[in-house]
Amino acid sequence: MNVLELEAVQTHIGAYHILHGVDLAVPEGEVTMLLGRNGAGKTTTLRTIMGLWAASAGRVSFKGQPIQGRPTPEIAQAGIAYVPESMGIFGDLTVQENIVLAARNARRASELDSARLDWIFGLFPALKKFWLAPAGKLSGGQKQMLAVARAIVEPRALLLIDEPSKGLAPSIINNLVSCFRELKKQQTTILLVEQNFMMAKALGDSVAVMDNGRVVHSGRMAELAADEGLQQRLLGLSLGAHQ
Amino acid sequence: MKLGAFDWRPLILLVGLMLLALPLVGAPSTWLTLTVAGLAMGLIVFVIASGLTLVFGLMDVLNFGHGVFIAMGAFVATSVMGGMGAWVASPSLLLNLGAIFAAMLAAMAVAGGIGWAFERVIVRPVYGQHLKQILITMGGMIVGEEVIKVIWGPLQIPLPLPEALRGSFVFGDTAIEKYRVLAVIIGLLVFGALLWTLNRTKVGLLVRAGVQDREMVESLGYRIRRLFVGVFVTGSALAGLGGVMWGLYQQSVTPQIGAQVNVLIFIVIIIGGLGSTLGCFVGALLVGLMANYTGFLAPKVALFSNIGLMVAVLLWRPQGLYPVTNR
Repeated sequence: MNVLELEAVQTHIGAYHILHGVDLAVPEGEVTMLLGRNGAGKTTTLRTIMGLWAASAGRVSFKGQPIQGRPTPEIAQAGIAYVPESMGIFGDLTVQENIVLAARNARRASELDSARLDWIFGLFPALKKFWLAPAGKLSGGQKQMLAVARAIVEPRALLLIDEPSKGLAPSIINNLVSCFRELKKQQTTILLVEQNFMMAKALGDSVAVMDNGRVVHSGRMAELAADEGLQQRLLGLSLGAHQ
Repeated sequence: MKLGAFDWRPLILLVGLMLLALPLVGAPSTWLTLTVAGLAMGLIVFVIASGLTLVFGLMDVLNFGHGVFIAMGAFVATSVMGGMGAWVASPSLLLNLGAIFAAMLAAMAVAGGIGWAFERVIVRPVYGQHLKQILITMGGMIVGEEVIKVIWGPLQIPLPLPEALRGSFVFGDTAIEKYRVLAVIIGLLVFGALLWTLNRTKVGLLVRAGVQDREMVESLGYRIRRLFVGVFVTGSALAGLGGVMWGLYQQSVTPQIGAQVNVLIFIVIIIGGLGSTLGCFVGALLVGLMANYTGFLAPKVALFSNIGLMVAVLLWRPQGLYPVTNR
């Protein structure tokens, strides 16, 4: 069953026509990788799903219900968590306050689900260490951990994560990969935009490749990983450079 | 790694300004009188400006019509206190305070109500359009001033202090006006309440987060527009409260009172860092102290002292004393 489906979605930003009819399905309990070159429309797709940019045509449905045209807070309340490329960390707030804010059912830190918090601290020990520190003082990798932690502080039906590995050191990327594997084990549904093909290969169950505002390929990740010719054609991957 | 060190330098600047003024003023008693007067003025300005800085921080709304809430608050106070003449004239401090607090509550209610209508009718259609915001909110203030003239007349109206609040507390050579002590207490209570709300409640957390990145707050599932209306109304009510305090400070009100204070509050929120409550607090105190010290030391310079202060602060910190991250 698909948690999320996009049918012929188009998005305009001002005078620019960015998405030209995106068709995409995100199966429940799987990690779907959204790949493509810079400017292919991956971030716009995520922002359109979240209602941050309005779809000008087409249909976005979540758990069978149309969500296009609904305000962003309603889409989030329906069960979608979003980690933007910029991470969206509130730098003047502490790590704790960032987490409390993301937990819609908690008014203060003492009301957070302690078992879930321990699980998050297990994934990202740095967050426990800097619990009361301003988030703006964290390193880039720690901020990314916090951004992901916010998305999973309460159970969500779907996580939209935009290029989490961007600009991070390999050791931090490995840490994130471990976290996403842990989420996979728990059957969390994730739509993950990524440029790092190694990370995509390690995590993805299914894959969609975008180019020029359209999905030009979709299928199983294992098939794409095994077909170097397809990779070369869809992603322009030179394996020596990317792997 | 050491994280989270509080930035004390703006507070050190505040204390430094006070200490610098001591040898310049000369007599410690005069210095103390001026300092208390400056703090009182600063705290009144803070009460007025605190809402405006949050309104800008949350929705990037430049409300040049904030002055109308100040003026409305002050004029409502003239009516309420005029109607409670016996309480105002009574030598009983309790009755005097009762009259002042009744005037403040009425002013806050009226200013808050007008703020709600102002947001709905004037501000909402121009979200995200700064030039239109400036023009239409200034237009809103002009209309507000004219409405005040229709209701209360165009002339200056006296707003005398109640009997028990007139005069000064005298300690040796130092005289501290009683009303200024009350203004300091009310200002500190408002500051404390704001800090508590912003730092200890989920609504406050949302406001602080919204000031930094409203899109992300919405992506977490919160309706920022609703929050903004609440902040706008609260800010208007606080401006109404500040209008009463300012009117009593001047002991008279004119329909232009809001426009006169508007310049001062914009200086304060720019000095403090747009969207920052702590910055607004420190900026307001700096402005209040600077106005009183220069008014005593060099009255001709006093007219330009706050502009000079703003220029100096912005040369030091172009984003203000406590810039909001992500802005």
